[in-house]
Amino acid sequence: MSTRPLDRADCRPVLRERGQREVFCGLTGIIWLHRKLQDAFFLVVGSRTCAHLLQSAAGVMIFAEPRFGTAIIEERDLAGMADAQEELDRVVSELLARRGDIRQLFLVGSCPSEVIKLDLAKAAARLDARHSGVRVLSYSGSGIETTFTEGEDACLAALVPTLPRDEAAQLLVVGTLPDIVEDQFSRLFATLGIDRVRWLPARRAAELPGVGPGTRYLLAQPFLGETARALEDRGAVRIDALFPLGAEGSTDWFLAAARAFGVDELHARGVLAPHRERAKRALAGAAERLAGKTLFLLPDSQLEVPLARFLATELGMAPIEVGTPFLHRRHLARELELLPEGVQLSEGQDVERQLDRVRATRPDLTVCGLGLANPLEAEGFTTKWAIELVFSPIHGFDQAGDLAELFARPLRRREVLRV
Amino acid sequence: MQLTVWTYEGPPHVGAMRIATAMEGVHYVLHAPQGDTYADLLFTMIERSRRRPPVTYTTFQARDLGKDTAELFQQAARDAHARFAPQAMLVGSSCTAELIQDDPAGLTSALSLPCPVIPLELPSYTRKENWGAGETFYQIVRHLADKSVTPPPREGRRPRANLLGPTALGFRHRDDVIEVTKLLDRLGIDVHLVAPRGATPAEIATIGAADFNILLYPEIGDTAARWLERSFGLKTLRTVPIGEGATRDFIAEVAAIAGVDPAPALPSNLPWWSRSVDSTYLTGKRVFIFGDATHAIAAARVARDELGFEVVGLGCYNREFAREIKAAAREHGLTPLVTDDYLAVERAIQEAQPELVLGTQMERHIAKRLRIPCAVISAPVHVQDFPARYSPQMGFEGANVLFDSWVHPLVMGLEEHLLTMFRDDFEFSDEAGASHLGAHAAPAEPAPAVAEATHWAPEAEQELRKIPFFVRGKARRNTEAFAAERGIAHITLDTLYEAKAHYAR
Repeated sequence: MSTRPLDRADCRPVLRERGQREVFCGLTGIIWLHRKLQDAFFLVVGSRTCAHLLQSAAGVMIFAEPRFGTAIIEERDLAGMADAQEELDRVVSELLARRGDIRQLFLVGSCPSEVIKLDLAKAAARLDARHSGVRVLSYSGSGIETTFTEGEDACLAALVPTLPRDEAAQLLVVGTLPDIVEDQFSRLFATLGIDRVRWLPARRAAELPGVGPGTRYLLAQPFLGETARALEDRGAVRIDALFPLGAEGSTDWFLAAARAFGVDELHARGVLAPHRERAKRALAGAAERLAGKTLFLLPDSQLEVPLARFLATELGMAPIEVGTPFLHRRHLARELELLPEGVQLSEGQDVERQLDRVRATRPDLTVCGLGLANPLEAEGFTTKWAIELVFSPIHGFDQAGDLAELFARPLRRREVLRV
Repeated sequence: MQLTVWTYEGPPHVGAMRIATAMEGVHYVLHAPQGDTYADLLFTMIERSRRRPPVTYTTFQARDLGKDTAELFQQAARDAHARFAPQAMLVGSSCTAELIQDDPAGLTSALSLPCPVIPLELPSYTRKENWGAGETFYQIVRHLADKSVTPPPREGRRPRANLLGPTALGFRHRDDVIEVTKLLDRLGIDVHLVAPRGATPAEIATIGAADFNILLYPEIGDTAARWLERSFGLKTLRTVPIGEGATRDFIAEVAAIAGVDPAPALPSNLPWWSRSVDSTYLTGKRVFIFGDATHAIAAARVARDELGFEVVGLGCYNREFAREIKAAAREHGLTPLVTDDYLAVERAIQEAQPELVLGTQMERHIAKRLRIPCAVISAPVHVQDFPARYSPQMGFEGANVLFDSWVHPLVMGLEEHLLTMFRDDFEFSDEAGASHLGAHAAPAEPAPAVAEATHWAPEAEQELRKIPFFVRGKARRNTEAFAAERGIAHITLDTLYEAKAHYAR
């Protein structure tokens, strides 16, 4: 329904680069998805590299009976296709026998499984029929197709066609949020007077929402292009809003939902005002420290554009370059409008050339991955490692202060250290 | 297909990265899809490296598949050479690139780069990290070693040795090299070259100028050492100096090879610490040992001969060294455990009911779950085992480190005595938990092995609960074994104390 002019955002030049990309693949999404989907298991069909990646990304979490694993392809699986499908059936049977509590099983494609064209969709359909009481789905989290958070997009997009049809008017919030944030948002929607709010993903398979022409959906995360398309195929309509980062982003997000559901504007603003004020108070301390500081974001999660908007408009930072692995122009149109003039937008990556630009522009704070953070610190740059922004609660009014603190802390640390 | 949650080793190209990152002046061009750069953070975070690993990834994506990926590889190799100007370049494929069958060796040779290019064949679907590291180091030595270089005459100079095997991401490799170098210096022996850690391709070329090789980590350096034996006639010293006794053996052997006087060794504190009365309580402590074969075998000797423990389990995850671990296990009267499945290790630990586990990061977590004290002796390890402080495993200082780090997690003699005296005191109660596990450790008790077969009378069960938790598993196991042997189905207070008397040492 957005009729806003997009010219400014559309005209903004984007540097598109190809070359070495220092990013995670979509498999990494499993690390937070499996915490949210409490009765799901994520079975990667891949190589030892995939298992090693999950282990490195999951850190110590791997020992709390995690609900993910890797079916490692071996030499003999590469010999013939029929064999690989039988092997997969065997592994899944073993797994489900061991974990009786599993209600959803995701077969997650990897680079090796995509390259040998192992048909996981067919396998999922076959296994779904064979194991009653367990819904088996497949999606790809391979590096050749997905970057980091796009793994969540692929997972949710795979869920959408299986959702029941629901004609009723309802608000659907899309994107994984920590439970505490989801609960805060639930309370706020109720106070606003939006009664029927559902969540995708849901915590359990039995709680999955329905979808239909009455569904208006609100993206909580900027990396959900495929999921959005799948929802629109089912008749759902997107509510255009800023992403709920910071006091202003959250206000805009809730207001957009309120407008879409015919909530009285004055009532909505009245409900949101105290939350917005509290968030602004929480931001004040970090704002003092961050105002005027230059900022360089390397591509990682697609959160970079809304984060840069938040850091620029609410904390007075000066972004130099905002890199993103993929730029979804339509979903980010309003975010892009609010970015200050002169910001270099970049999509994709040639990491060596991008690091040359970091060195040339000498930002006060560089947001980057863990593979680059310490080497840049050793060169004298202050860094904020990006992956924390995906694992920590950062959305909504009551997390605005924490989000600002994530960026303020590395700068404060540099000031306090006397060694 | 193999269902895996945890893997002890990464894929072989990670082994190759460990070699490239360890060396200076080498660059590795890796044909790999987007996402494989995750491995960089093992080096920058776990080892806290100040530099990025010298690796260029082609990071191909789905749209590149087809003949485009070959061009991508050549471009990446050209760019990497122009930017980093390495003395030598490694080229190879990760698991996915292995499937698309571009030929990194052929593609790079077509570029005629002005530096040696070493192609790596690392079969990702059959081999693992340690093998990849060993193979990469061997290929580097084979390609770069100058066969015309031989040691100068011995007159008027000290003997010199190469130290082979230390890498990046190696468990305590940094400090082991320092400790062994000091030890050799005291014996009047110089280190000619440490490789791969810190070596340049130019230095590798001179590897033949040493009088002999010292193989510190067989997992990494054995293939290269064997080739050097064949091609240069360089003798290899294979005793790994981990522990007081092994260090003394090492000194004797190195002195024999080098033809020097085995100088009076500066001993460690371990023998006295081990003899002091507070260590009496260590006698016969049941210890389960798992890790890479080299560290596990060395640990078993230290545990039995130098600390007086009883080794109740011994195993390794690297099949390449199954023969060595089998021989060592035989010596301890044990069946070796050779597996890369941590669930199998967990089962073996549960069955052995040890009082101490020596293992990797995984065993640390298994032990935590089973509430058994544990110390780390082998990779894979997490960030805390790349410490700031000096902490070798090898040599005499290494023996000191081993004593402290293994005994620390055990409840020491005096503490154990106090615990028994005050076992009903609120601070020593079960609910308080073991101090090193923290207040929030899961209150899980190891599942009794034969619980279904026997029945415990309530008062016997209650008495059992009065026994401190860290020996309770053993008491339960002993009592049940005792009852089973005598066909007692109902364990009473009497059975419990009969069994205690029976097993009293």
